[in-house]
Amino acid sequence: MSGVGQGNAGVAAPPAAWVASTREPGLLAAFWGRLRARPSAVVGLVVVGALMLMAALADVVAPYDPTATDWGNVRGAPSLAHPFGGDEVGRDVLSRIVYGARASLGAGLVSVLLAVSLGLPIGLVAGYAGGLVDGAIMRLTDALLAIPFLILAIALAAFLGPSLTNAMLAIGLSATSTFVRLTRAQVQAVAAEEFVEAARSVGNPPWRIALVHILPNIVPAILVQATLTIAAAIIAEASLSFLGLGQQPPEPSWGAMLNVAKNFMDQAPWMAIWPGLSIFVAVLAFNLLGDGLRDALDPRQRT
Amino acid sequence: MKAAPAYPVISVRNLSKSYPLRSWWGGKADVFRAVEDVSFEIRPGETLGLVGESGSGKSTIGRAVTMLNPPTSGTIAFEGIDLARLSPQALCRTRARIQTVFQDPYAALNPRMSAGAYVAEAFRLHRPDMARSERREAVASLFARVGLDPHFLGRYPHQFSGGQRQRICIARAIALKPSFIVADEPIAALDVSIQAQVVNLLQDLQDDLGLSYLFISHDLRMVRYLCHRVAVLWRGRIVELAESDRLYEDPRHPYTRRLLAAVPLPDPAAERARLAARETTNPAPGRPGDLVEVGPGHWVAADPLPEETDR
Amino acid sequence: MTGSTTRPPLLDVSDLAVSFDTEGGAVHAVNGVSYTLAEGETLGIVGESGSGKSVHVLAMLGLIPRPPGRVTRGKVWFGGRDLLALPERDLRRVRGGEIGFVFQDPMSSLNPGMSVAAQIVEPLRIHLGLDQRAARARARDLLDLVRIPNTKGRLDQYPHEFSGGQRQRVMIAIGLACRPKLLIADEATTALDVTVQAEIVALVQELRREIGMAIIWITHDLGVVAGISDTVQVMYAGRILERGPVDALFRDPRNAYTLGLLRSLPDLSRGRAGRKRLQQIDGAPPDMRTPPPGDPFAPRNAYATPRCRAEMPPLSQAPGAAPGHLVAAWYDLPALLTREAAQQGHTP
Repeated sequence: MSGVGQGNAGVAAPPAAWVASTREPGLLAAFWGRLRARPSAVVGLVVVGALMLMAALADVVAPYDPTATDWGNVRGAPSLAHPFGGDEVGRDVLSRIVYGARASLGAGLVSVLLAVSLGLPIGLVAGYAGGLVDGAIMRLTDALLAIPFLILAIALAAFLGPSLTNAMLAIGLSATSTFVRLTRAQVQAVAAEEFVEAARSVGNPPWRIALVHILPNIVPAILVQATLTIAAAIIAEASLSFLGLGQQPPEPSWGAMLNVAKNFMDQAPWMAIWPGLSIFVAVLAFNLLGDGLRDALDPRQRT
Repeated sequence: MKAAPAYPVISVRNLSKSYPLRSWWGGKADVFRAVEDVSFEIRPGETLGLVGESGSGKSTIGRAVTMLNPPTSGTIAFEGIDLARLSPQALCRTRARIQTVFQDPYAALNPRMSAGAYVAEAFRLHRPDMARSERREAVASLFARVGLDPHFLGRYPHQFSGGQRQRICIARAIALKPSFIVADEPIAALDVSIQAQVVNLLQDLQDDLGLSYLFISHDLRMVRYLCHRVAVLWRGRIVELAESDRLYEDPRHPYTRRLLAAVPLPDPAAERARLAARETTNPAPGRPGDLVEVGPGHWVAADPLPEETDR
Repeated sequence: MTGSTTRPPLLDVSDLAVSFDTEGGAVHAVNGVSYTLAEGETLGIVGESGSGKSVHVLAMLGLIPRPPGRVTRGKVWFGGRDLLALPERDLRRVRGGEIGFVFQDPMSSLNPGMSVAAQIVEPLRIHLGLDQRAARARARDLLDLVRIPNTKGRLDQYPHEFSGGQRQRVMIAIGLACRPKLLIADEATTALDVTVQAEIVALVQELRREIGMAIIWITHDLGVVAGISDTVQVMYAGRILERGPVDALFRDPRNAYTLGLLRSLPDLSRGRAGRKRLQQIDGAPPDMRTPPPGDPFAPRNAYATPRCRAEMPPLSQAPGAAPGHLVAAWYDLPALLTREAAQQGHTP
């Protein structure tokens, strides 16, 4: 912007034709440009995209039925027919990795979605309303934080039976308090800014200030945290499945595959290597993407 | 001043604002009195300057008058209506006619709202009957009115300079044809070469729209230029209130004198003489006393009262 | 160059240029700044944000973050050495030693977790090699020097226990701790109330008389500069547009930007009734990623000639002006003003 020569007050009203043709590159385009300028974020985005595509198109991508056993391929070493080898009952490891992505990524996405959809509104209310409401909500999240994640997961499994859905529920619930706290802190920071006061001064009702003026300004922080939490949730799902509290056999999940593979480490190390590597790559990709988003969404961090 | 109508646009009576200081267990320990017993009124088309050092309560008064931060006690009457008695809805409606221009145009704009949407919000809230196209045109002509290119409607705050941002804020402030604007240090955050632009714009708008201003500033040169009357605030109280010329030519309160003597002059010989002759009349300690009229419309605080300790 | 004295100048800045790499391209913050400062001279540098007034002194002392900042060319001679070529270790000895600093915000420049004594003692021990006891005694003298009452009781207090004006006094004490030959004050009174500003300006005046150091006083306020400077330098868009002895520059400005700044200030002694509309400078400072070719002020300048828009004028002696009064302008401002006045006389 050259900013030159716009100084004279008292310019006549513009012709209406001007008004229609005012399209500026929006905030989204600027954000996209900044994201693209970060190689690590692009790598993260591409890998995350590829993993999701793989999970969505598992029926097409996977060479075999992930639950079909083949006695000729029991603990079979990687070969042309089975590039990732076979597991303890002869199922194709590659196919199980591909289908396992559904469980792992799904668990990550669903549990974080649950955590955000609970945590964001609660945090918004706590941060903006303040007072007694805030106090009550915060004590509740404190209590929630005090329950160890594994205990909660085991308790849920005990009540509702072990399943992938219940694992997601446990992961989502334990991540909720993080989002309540983050949202609340962000809301309080934004609410103290002068433009919120300016919004009040022009006659905005409180609900509109919260939704129109505050919410859009905290979305970036939530988005970054959500991406990073997906990575953590993938590990959590793997841990629960490893302990037998998540995906139930014979359905595949990376964590469940590791659980079985630990018994065959010396005979069939590929059974452990591939799911382990998958978890590693997925977690790394989400973390790279999250860090990239953090930089790209905060215009102040521009160097 | 021309023959102004008798009734004031805004009338502030005995305004006080205090903040409870809480002890560690949450009980009331003490009270911090930010502003105490301040009264003034502003007539239609008049600019009242409010000067004083940081912490003197200038901004507190500005935010109390607009009910953004309602006073602890005292009344604020806008066009004869006591603002404290209005329902929240009625207060929202009245806000259309009382507007604020804030100090920092970098902070006062929502970074994720385009300039056009920001200005249009005034219509969206108070003129729900307006059609979309009508609203756009109204915003475009407001842009032109404050000297902004209407092509910039879709731009976001970070794409504007400081002076342009302040114009956006002013455009929104005048959108609903207010009669009274609180300008809280509107030029303090702007570059020197931009300040005159904004002051001229404020003056033009007053001439055209008959606005009244409460101009809060520490820039004593601009206050003299822009204001009909000036109130000097010290330690939360008005210590002197007079017509601008009178106050600058015949300051009575020691604090006013000290303030005026401290203004640097952009003339080397005069400024060197001022530095050499600097008088250091320190106001006496204690709370400033009540205002006494020493001349027509010239009010000066009486001798300090002994410091009062609060329970 | 303006060094009119026969002795070599204390500071000789030559063709200094600084840029910052940003995603939107390089920001050319300082574009070839050259000037000299004599011993004991007070130089007032006036400019608005983005003029390069602060950046160029920070660059001189290796204080801009690298990256994104870069000194692209230039030399800064001080005490027979080029500061830009000095290794960081030697530069550290200059900073806070021979060259003292006072920054804008006294609250954030002082460490809130360290007592005032510790912060004054630190440079004394580093630069002068004093032991703790001697440094502490000197710290007390310094607080006396900057007129902080009851220094004995206050040495071990923390910054929050001082008022804003007193904190700035402490900053000045730290800046003067090692008896610098040059004190650089960057917007040192901008954050202060006008009454406190007056006290700080008076204090610096007195200290200069007592100690005799040279001062670079960076500010946007023409009033402050008028009273304390020997020489004034006006900067805009990373360049010096005008420079001269203080009286000459205020009485007889030769650059349209200087004139515009002076004219845009309302007169404190003139009432509202007799006033004229403020003469505003239209437009806004240029975006330094894409500075305009030629004179950076030309797009806002009613007196600009086609040559101004194409070619940057050199900073050189203004014709018919006081010796050492330099201007960068292709136009002849006094002639234009005379013509303007004559025309206004014709057509009322």
